[in-house]
Amino acid sequence: MLEVAQLRCERDDRVLFSELSMKLSSGELLQIEGANGSGKTTLLRILAGLSGDFHGNIFWKEKKLSSMYADFRLSTFYFGHKPAVKGELTPVENIRWRASLRNEAPSEHSILDALEQVNLAGFEDVACGHLSAGQHRRVALADLSISASPLWILDEPFTAIDVYGVAWLESVLAKHVASGGMVIITSHQSLSEISGSVRKVKLDDFAGGSLEEDYDDEMDSGAFL
Amino acid sequence: MNWTFFHKLGSPKWFYEISGKWLPWLAILAALMMATGLTWGLLFTPPDYLQGNSYRIIFLHVPTAFLASAIYVSMAIAGAVTLIWRIKLADMALKCMAPIGTSFCFLALLTGAIWGKPTWGTWWVWDARLTSMLILLFLYFGVIALRGAIRSATTQARACAILTLVGVVNIPIIKFSVQWWNTLHQGSTLKLTEKPSMAPEMLWPLLISIAAFYLFFTVVLIIRLRTEILDRERRTKWVRNAVEAGARS
Amino acid sequence: MSTAHNKVLQAKDVRQLEGRKAMMALIRRDLRLAFRTPGQSLNPVAFYLMVASLFPLGIAPERETLSQLAGGIVWIGALLAVLLSLDSLFKGDNDDGSLDQLLLSPHPLPLLVLGKIIAHWLTTGVALIVMAPILALMLHLPEQAFPALMASLLLGTPLMSLAGGIGAALTVRVQRGGVLLTLLSLPLYIPVLIFGTGAVQSAVDGMGYSGHLLWLGAFLVMGLCLAPIAIAASLRIVVDG
Repeated sequence: MLEVAQLRCERDDRVLFSELSMKLSSGELLQIEGANGSGKTTLLRILAGLSGDFHGNIFWKEKKLSSMYADFRLSTFYFGHKPAVKGELTPVENIRWRASLRNEAPSEHSILDALEQVNLAGFEDVACGHLSAGQHRRVALADLSISASPLWILDEPFTAIDVYGVAWLESVLAKHVASGGMVIITSHQSLSEISGSVRKVKLDDFAGGSLEEDYDDEMDSGAFL
Repeated sequence: MNWTFFHKLGSPKWFYEISGKWLPWLAILAALMMATGLTWGLLFTPPDYLQGNSYRIIFLHVPTAFLASAIYVSMAIAGAVTLIWRIKLADMALKCMAPIGTSFCFLALLTGAIWGKPTWGTWWVWDARLTSMLILLFLYFGVIALRGAIRSATTQARACAILTLVGVVNIPIIKFSVQWWNTLHQGSTLKLTEKPSMAPEMLWPLLISIAAFYLFFTVVLIIRLRTEILDRERRTKWVRNAVEAGARS
Repeated sequence: MSTAHNKVLQAKDVRQLEGRKAMMALIRRDLRLAFRTPGQSLNPVAFYLMVASLFPLGIAPERETLSQLAGGIVWIGALLAVLLSLDSLFKGDNDDGSLDQLLLSPHPLPLLVLGKIIAHWLTTGVALIVMAPILALMLHLPEQAFPALMASLLLGTPLMSLAGGIGAALTVRVQRGGVLLTLLSLPLYIPVLIFGTGAVQSAVDGMGYSGHLLWLGAFLVMGLCLAPIAIAASLRIVVDG
């Protein structure tokens, strides 16, 4: 479904990774590992389509991603460092606006059910500003659990989550993968429960690469931004 | 259509080499025309029957004012090329043109103010053309400031390209609005579609001055652009070779 | 389990993209945000009142002087108040990660942006329009100019939200970008100011002002068509970096 070919990314005169190729099919979980600053977040933002500053190709359903953006966005759930939860709104309201951006309209029942799953039962009508940072992330994760998107791109979803939450999230991931979904995740968690379908990409293996570009050819990529 | 020439033009290396060959000739031509136009205009043209000798500043004022607008439009074209074809050289040109355009815009305002004192009896009036020139100066400041506020070179390029394009849509609207608002400035000195109302002995040195200033702008732009290319392409082999060759000689 | 999930996927594929619905949801969300932090949303209005009351103090309290200047003061006050409010237009969404979700939505981004602009106008522009006659009374604006003032603000404030959105988008990732935002937005505001105050002045002088309003209307149509596209492109560019 999602395929990456010869991906190369530079930031601030430094090569984060180069010659990165990988493939993700339905029913698979791809865990991206790497040291701090190895470009995990950058890679996820590129894969989600938030950043176009890279060399190489990304394919979605065997076609170039740039020609498939509409379908790709309809199929993707992105969970970033910041949870995208508004402090002035209640958890239910937050899930509603997030879902409407994905072209979904979950029922009241399924939202309440998801909030109960993440241990936020009883907080449905409390403005999120009164909740902790970990609870903010749980609101976003509750939204994840009811989303219909087949591809989940999750950047450190286990951060600021307690033991119970970790177990719950692992089970949600396992269920998603078992039913044919796809997950790309950066995490230091060992993801023990989902054995079998977990593949790992060590970003450090693709680190480095020379910055020097020699383009004598008039039509080389060096002429372009 | 074959776009090879277009891409070739967009290659920093090719441009650096070819501009190095052109630069001395362009510089000599610019200096000659500048000397001719300004000497003729400032010393040998007859005084104006109304404004006396003070009108002679026209040989500086009109070319700078022309360039101030022309450079902004060129920047917008470079911006469009940057956004559509993502050609790096276009963004470098946009970046290098901004301070030159700002200087010309400032000079146009300054010479206008100096001319205004004997003609209108005041340094500044809120007349349509002066005001739109002042707003053009703000537009230039905006482009330079935005570039300074953004860190990543790619983002700088595309953000500034958008801003200049928005600005260039805005310029005719501004011109039209301030004209509606107030007009005191004398009508355009030169119009493409009409027979010039100026005496030919004044017109010729003016045309030469305008051409000379355009050439001067081209020369300054090429010099800046060559420096910018060396800076941005410093990681490539050909720049290292060129710099080493320059250091040896 | 597997079939259940596949069903969900299929249902989603079949369902139409309901961009208008998403836009309305975004407007509702931003209105809620504004109503739940009334102190913050009323800031521009308080600023408007203060700026307008500085003019009589700084110039002259005489009725004749003020009534000549009233249209300009009310308009400049509105312009500065809109500028002040623009800084937070996309900043909040950027700070909590909502902006990423906006950019990743399958709905057309210009449409979502238009929703944000509409919400911005409803929370600041409308409040400024409501305040305007009170300020105009305090500044002794001649009675016959009131309709012109209201009509010009009604057309001008949404235009300022649209045009200012471009600067707000370009500076959303800039630390302390307030001054830069002003610098980028002012050239776009000058035509609005000219025709807005022009309409009021014409009415004060007892002349027709429909020409000014028609121009403002034309600019508003142009802004509605072009600004959301420019803002959407700017957001994508700036978030990329």
